[in-house]
Amino acid sequence: MENNILEVKNLKMHYVSKYETVKAINDISFSVKKGETFGLVGESGCGKSSVCKTLLQLLPPNAKFMGGSIKYKGKELIGLSNKELQKIRGREISMSFQELMTALNPVTKVKEQIYEQFIGLKMTKQEKYAKAVNLLKLVGIPSPEQRLEEYVHQFSGGMRQRIMIAIALAAQPSMLLADEPTTALDVTIQDQIIKLINSLKETLGMSIILVTHDLGVVSQMCDSIAVMYAGSIVETGDTLTIFSKPRHPYTEGLIRSMPKDDGSKDRLESIEGAPPNLNNLPKGCSFAERCKYATEICINQMPPLKEVGENHYSKCFHTDLLINSKGLIEL
Amino acid sequence: MDIRCSAVADTSAKSFIEKKKQNILIDTFILILKSKALVIGLIIIGIMLVLALFPSVFTKFDPNYIDGNAIMLSPCTTHWFGTDMYGRDLFSRVIYATRLDLFIGVSAMFVPFAIGTSLGLISGYYGGKVDALIMRIVDILMSFPYMVLCIMIVAIIGAGIKSLLIAMWLVDWKNYARLIRSEVMIVKNSDFIQAAKVMGFSDKRILLRHILPNVLSSALVYAASDIVVCMMASAGLSFLGIGVQPPTPEWGALIALGKTSLSKSWWQSFFPGIFLILSGFGFSLIGDGMSDLLRTRGR
Amino acid sequence: MNRLSYIIRRLIQMIPVFFIVTVLVFVLIRCIPGDPALTMLGDRATHEMIEAYRQKIGYYDPLWLQYFIFLKDLLHFDLGSSLRYSEPVINLILERLPVTIGLTVSVVFFTVVIGFPLGFMAGKKRNKLPDYIIRIYSLFGLSAPQFWVGLMLLLMFGVKIKLFPVSNWGDTLPEHIMALILPGITQALGIMAVIIRNLRNNVVDISGTSYVTFARSKGLSEGRIDLRYIFRNALLPTTTILSLWIASLLGGCIIIETVFNLPGLGALMINSVLSRDYSVIQGGVLIFVITVLIINLITDIIYSMLDPRVTLN
Repeated sequence: MENNILEVKNLKMHYVSKYETVKAINDISFSVKKGETFGLVGESGCGKSSVCKTLLQLLPPNAKFMGGSIKYKGKELIGLSNKELQKIRGREISMSFQELMTALNPVTKVKEQIYEQFIGLKMTKQEKYAKAVNLLKLVGIPSPEQRLEEYVHQFSGGMRQRIMIAIALAAQPSMLLADEPTTALDVTIQDQIIKLINSLKETLGMSIILVTHDLGVVSQMCDSIAVMYAGSIVETGDTLTIFSKPRHPYTEGLIRSMPKDDGSKDRLESIEGAPPNLNNLPKGCSFAERCKYATEICINQMPPLKEVGENHYSKCFHTDLLINSKGLIEL
Repeated sequence: MDIRCSAVADTSAKSFIEKKKQNILIDTFILILKSKALVIGLIIIGIMLVLALFPSVFTKFDPNYIDGNAIMLSPCTTHWFGTDMYGRDLFSRVIYATRLDLFIGVSAMFVPFAIGTSLGLISGYYGGKVDALIMRIVDILMSFPYMVLCIMIVAIIGAGIKSLLIAMWLVDWKNYARLIRSEVMIVKNSDFIQAAKVMGFSDKRILLRHILPNVLSSALVYAASDIVVCMMASAGLSFLGIGVQPPTPEWGALIALGKTSLSKSWWQSFFPGIFLILSGFGFSLIGDGMSDLLRTRGR
Repeated sequence: MNRLSYIIRRLIQMIPVFFIVTVLVFVLIRCIPGDPALTMLGDRATHEMIEAYRQKIGYYDPLWLQYFIFLKDLLHFDLGSSLRYSEPVINLILERLPVTIGLTVSVVFFTVVIGFPLGFMAGKKRNKLPDYIIRIYSLFGLSAPQFWVGLMLLLMFGVKIKLFPVSNWGDTLPEHIMALILPGITQALGIMAVIIRNLRNNVVDISGTSYVTFARSKGLSEGRIDLRYIFRNALLPTTTILSLWIASLLGGCIIIETVFNLPGLGALMINSVLSRDYSVIQGGVLIFVITVLIINLITDIIYSMLDPRVTLN
């Protein structure tokens, strides 16, 4: 417990409008250790990004917090005033966004957007400049002196991701929430960003929450992962364990639908059907409709999160049926 | 057997389509009712229309009757809006002016709407030299302030309703042409227009049946707000004394007449202005409601 | 350097437009039925005066030569002389131009000072009471004729409460400024309706963008986000709208000047139309067009300074 930097317990958050209630986060618990990379995996629309935004309380006005606790370094974040949150945001926990094209202010120079992170620190102009140049070097942007004076529209997608990470790192936070950092990028650039984040973790000793739908990225970066489905965590554990012995039908399906690089010519498997609508969740297991193991109990009751191994949990009634399920890696 | 089957299928398809059409009509009607702005706007303009069509029902005074014993009376039970310096009943003058003001406003909007839409369609669809010519004319018109151009035209033809209308017609079409042209340029390159071209449809058919319905809605929304601008501008020109000429009652001209004795009889300018505002407000609400409606239907 | 060459290029582009406008004005004035000399000089002109004027404008010359002479005079700032005031038109215009410029500045001042904060507030307090009040106002503002609003303001603050002068331009600068306040507010009330509505919608849109959320995730204060992120970006489309309204604003001066009896260009134009003083109309139209062209250029440059994504070309 001591070395957990972040502990999330029973987090619930809904988007409420006149017409419907979208249950985006349904009773989620997880913890992140100091210095580890924690992966939050799932299809788009399963509530991953909402989790990140809830952690920093950056939600739009129609989001209603429905209960739970977020403890960062032992301190409860829920219920903090806006002033207190401003001290956490950016300085303790920062976040990089997936919307590369729209997440940076189009009308101010990159320099100013980095300098904003130095507000409140007693730094001279030269110090700020030197630090900004160093940051751009750190995230691998060539000729930083020149690029500091440029505007966002002059950067490519990969470069924008780097800028965003540089801004997120500027105030030396202990934790980075990286929301789909590789999604909008070409494969080669993806690789560079993965290497960059991995090296940041090594050199700066940061804890990272990586949000992605790409299992390949997860396997290259994460120490442990939580698989999300329809606003819930369905399986959580070490990356190795989950990739070798998935104990939830959804995880199993996800892993089977990954392209293999062993040259086999098998057809890719896919999970039939579509995830349920978050404004109309079923009474029982939300995956039951698409699950080949599903029985009556799955439809009528919500499965509990069961411990199925050391530090390995699965939210399924039929974890036993999956005991011999094979993942990608043989242990 | 086969034939009958297909016939049944055909009629059922037809009735289905008809039902769908009906549903769209009903849906649209419900949407209109839901949009409070639109309903209030329609009510206001409806009342104005009734006043315009049957002014004599609402007032017993002749708007042009000069009564030497009733000069500059303040509003009272006989003369609701008071009287002017010639002893004419202001209420009946304001009511009788409704027809003229609505007519000028609507026609000052409608003619440019028709001219501008046609030119915009041609300009956007054919491009090339025609487009360049039309757009240069638009550019030149754009560099004149609206009022200045109107005044110049009135100066040449002479003051009066006719020249007021001609001025508004000549000046106002440019906005429609620009709007429609830019929309046509977008629609023109869409797949269904390309498909229609491949099918060998004539330009006229493509323009009228395929492009026009797709670009018309934005012009209609603009027209609803433009009619307010037109009413205010034409009333403004009459206020300046170069539009509708006395003694014909017109709101702008009535306000101008009131201006000459503003400190002694506030009502002379006040009441015509209220009517002008009310009808402008009505049209604004209709425009607002319409753009909301088109936006929701677009989704 | 880039900006300078752009300005020069734009000025060169203006020349053909200006030429066409001069042709238009030239032709239109000659469209007026009757003898141009008689039209220009009025009914009381003697035979000699008419003959002299005909010689001057080259009445007996072919039309293109007449236009050429007209253009030559124009380049010497010779716009002819007024029939009504018997003074060179250029002097009349220069005399009245400061009033119209003062009025325009007053309008823009009140639009910005009142309209920008209100639009921003409506956007921030979306769907709350201030928002509804401001939105209803913006509907009314569009449908209220400015000449009527002006008269009512004059009645209230000039006649009943003697706060501002009535129909008195005055002789000193403070008097002039006092005389420009009510007219400025009157016209601003109309334009503000458009500005407020536009700014409100922009603020609502931009508050929902991810760069605002990202800014919040950086731990910036709300004040800084409002100013540097929301307001700064929301202002861009509003600037365009404002610049589109400048031309109609200038035209609107004609009405406002008449309402408040200000001795400006607009009032001069109207009086000239009513007294058929054609050389003044002709000169006035040209001045208005030049002003619109220059203002358009200035707003383009301002816009390019506000939005780095816009390149001047």
